[in-house]
Amino acid sequence: MIDLSFTLNGAPVSQRVEDRTSLADLVREGHGLTGTHVGCEHGACGACTVLVDGEPARSCIVLAAMCEGRAVTTAEGLVDDPVMAELRRQFHDKHALQCGFCTPAMMISARDIIARHGAAAPATIRKELAGQICRCTGYAPIVAAIAAAGAALNPSSDAAAAAPHVAATAAGASDAS
Amino acid sequence: MRPAPFAFARPDGLADALSRLGADDDAMPIAGGQSLLVLLGLRLAGAETLVDVTRIPELCGAREADGAVVFGAATTHAMIEDGKVPDPSRGLMRRVAGRIAYRAVRNRGTIGGSLALSDPAADWCPVLIALGATYDIVSAGGARQVAAEDFADGAYSTVLEPGELIRSITVPVLQEGTRWGHAKHARKTGAFAESIAVVVKRPDGVRAALGATGSHAVLLPSVAEAVASGGDVAAAARADIAMADPDADAYRARCHLATILNAAREVCA
Ligand SMILES: Cc1cc2nc3c(=O)[nH]c(=O)nc-3n(C[C@H](O)[C@H](O)[C@H](O)COP(=O)(O)OP(=O)(O)OC[C@H]3O[C@@H](n4cnc5c(N)ncnc54)[C@H](O)[C@@H]3O)c2cc1C
Ligand code: FES
Ligand code: FES
Repeated sequence: MIDLSFTLNGAPVSQRVEDRTSLADLVREGHGLTGTHVGCEHGACGACTVLVDGEPARSCIVLAAMCEGRAVTTAEGLVDDPVMAELRRQFHDKHALQCGFCTPAMMISARDIIARHGAAAPATIRKELAGQICRCTGYAPIVAAIAAAGAALNPSSDAAAAAPHVAATAAGASDAS
Repeated sequence: MRPAPFAFARPDGLADALSRLGADDDAMPIAGGQSLLVLLGLRLAGAETLVDVTRIPELCGAREADGAVVFGAATTHAMIEDGKVPDPSRGLMRRVAGRIAYRAVRNRGTIGGSLALSDPAADWCPVLIALGATYDIVSAGGARQVAAEDFADGAYSTVLEPGELIRSITVPVLQEGTRWGHAKHARKTGAFAESIAVVVKRPDGVRAALGATGSHAVLLPSVAEAVASGGDVAAAARADIAMADPDADAYRARCHLATILNAAREVCA
């Protein structure tokens, strides 16, 4: 067992963990945060993606013990995040989920794509999503939702100008809400 | 999937890490864990103790020194991709970093971990050979320098001895007038490569290297010569591939030919 102090969704946590415990198991089993899904457990599917110090990481191949002093954020910790709010709206609007297994991690990755690329073009989104596996949707609606969210959140960008219908839909949706 | 039990050690600096690794045959360094935790989970590797090297100051960050950039071994792929560390390579290293795996893996995976593992298809190995890099290797007993092309000696096999750590990687700054070409062929974005070719053409000479062979990345002497002299690169590539990857099947040999020609074309464009 090893001592671990870190921040989980903004709250300080100090506990002892078994050295081999993965971050995925710690948040799911230790803290009941089941929005972090576990698919392959060896770094291949992306379903377990969380943020460590604000950067996406695959929690199945991060040890809990590595997170000493770090800030860990799961999907549950992003409920009030404005980018996530826009992504939720667009995922709903574009039917970007079916079973929902990949969705929390898809949205965390999408948030990072928008942070790094702004209103990203669909080709960029597809490249960046290569490591997030979805077995249901065929990806097209997910790419459309991320493109729409990126454009809505970056209204002055080229992509938003090139796709005014997307920006208008997003603005309409936020007016309605 | 759970790894067998191990102890996770947070060493108090480089000397402490080296003495733990030197004293215990069943201790292993861990950096990003992006390969090692997979291998431990699949029980393809085993360790009694994992020594975390990511918070050792000598292994973190990069600095400019004397016509070169010295990268701490624990520098992540994402730091290089984003230009958060100096770039000696006129964009080559940033391109390579951005095509390794996926962003979530690049945020944690390190250049030193990738070299130490020496996966035949790892992206950094051929690139650092073509750039003429040197690795600074330390143990409790002292330090030694190894040229990139002398570091790996087989698939998943390097000259690292038990108890040794890669401390840093020194990459000479490419002078004005240097050009590079790089091609990676993989089945999908972020997948391990089926072939990687890199050509670096300096005013005073050319180096070319091939990765994703059946063994380890190697220099391509005939290709370098052909690029330098304006000779027949395809013929040179066929000769070098036969030496560099003798067991390649027809498909793999064609992948190698394609990446070499594309890298050479980018250099000469
Ligand atoms: C889904 C997925 C896809 C990937 N795709 C690619 C790809 O396309 N191309 C590619 O190149 N890589 C790829 N990788 C591997 C990735 O680049 C890893 O980050 C890298 O190989 C290992 O780096 P690490 O820091 O995570 O090392 P770790 O996993 O921590 O360690 C790897 C090995 O190196 C040793 N080690 C670590 N640091 C040191 C050191 N400083 N000195 C001595 N020994 C050390 C460890 O003991 C261990 O044996 C992929 C990984 C995943 C999970
Ligand atoms: S469960 Fe972590 S990447 Fe698949
Ligand atoms: S919605 Fe089912 S896996 Fe993506």
